Amino acid sequence: MYKTNDLILRTTTSLIAFMMLGFAIYLLIAGHNAPGGGFVGGLLTAGAVLLMYMAYGTEAVEKMIPINFTTLVPIGLAVAVGTGVGSFIFNQPFLSHTFGYFTFPIFGEIELATAMLFDVGVYLTVVGVVMTIILTIANDR
Amino acid sequence: MNVSGIAEFIAALLILVGSMMAVVSAIGIIRFPDVYTRSHAATKSSTLAVLLTLSGAFLLFWINQSFVSVRILLGIAFVFLTAPVSGHMISRAAYRRKVKMSDTTVEDELYDVLHGEGKEREK
Repeated sequence: MYKTNDLILRTTTSLIAFMMLGFAIYLLIAGHNAPGGGFVGGLLTAGAVLLMYMAYGTEAVEKMIPINFTTLVPIGLAVAVGTGVGSFIFNQPFLSHTFGYFTFPIFGEIELATAMLFDVGVYLTVVGVVMTIILTIANDR
Repeated sequence: MNVSGIAEFIAALLILVGSMMAVVSAIGIIRFPDVYTRSHAATKSSTLAVLLTLSGAFLLFWINQSFVSVRILLGIAFVFLTAPVSGHMISRAAYRRKVKMSDTTVEDELYDVLHGEGKEREK
């Protein structure tokens, strides 16, 4: 039996997982005006983390990303419900969303919507659910 | 023929050559004898096919709608990074599982590296 040498896979993973995470953030933010959104972004993030798991092994990734992915599910659900409940403060019906225009130093005027926060909740939930499913199946011995 | 017409012709030519490359790659997968030569055909020429088709589409969107699609450029870079690695992993897994090479194979240098020089190989 020889020791496996994953040099090529590991070297490309360090670059490709980075690109995938960046594209996932892009999909999450672009979801309002273009194809994308929290669900696809979450799936792509889970894919990038899964690629890192395949290339580096469980112990190394758990040291790199010290997150228990199961806790992301209630956090994401709380964020999503929180954006819905937050509309009660302003005497509006449940899940009423609003938007406004803000000016930033570099980017100029940007439309910011509270639907984005709901999408972040969806994103966190999807990442948590997918990673929990896959890691539970992978650790089954 | 003006400049945008010439650029459109180049884009159409790129897409046509890319599709022909994809067909050549598919023929190679059918006609090559064993898994290693097949993965050679599937990896190399289909990567080139994707590159040509995507650059043709990029050029067409750029000329017709003056829309520079960063996503297409990212896709080109991504396919160029990942397709050879996936081909490498598939061939490696096949070799580790001792998939037979075709009968026309004359040299297997990796066998000597893995099992030591001059050892007789089982058939």
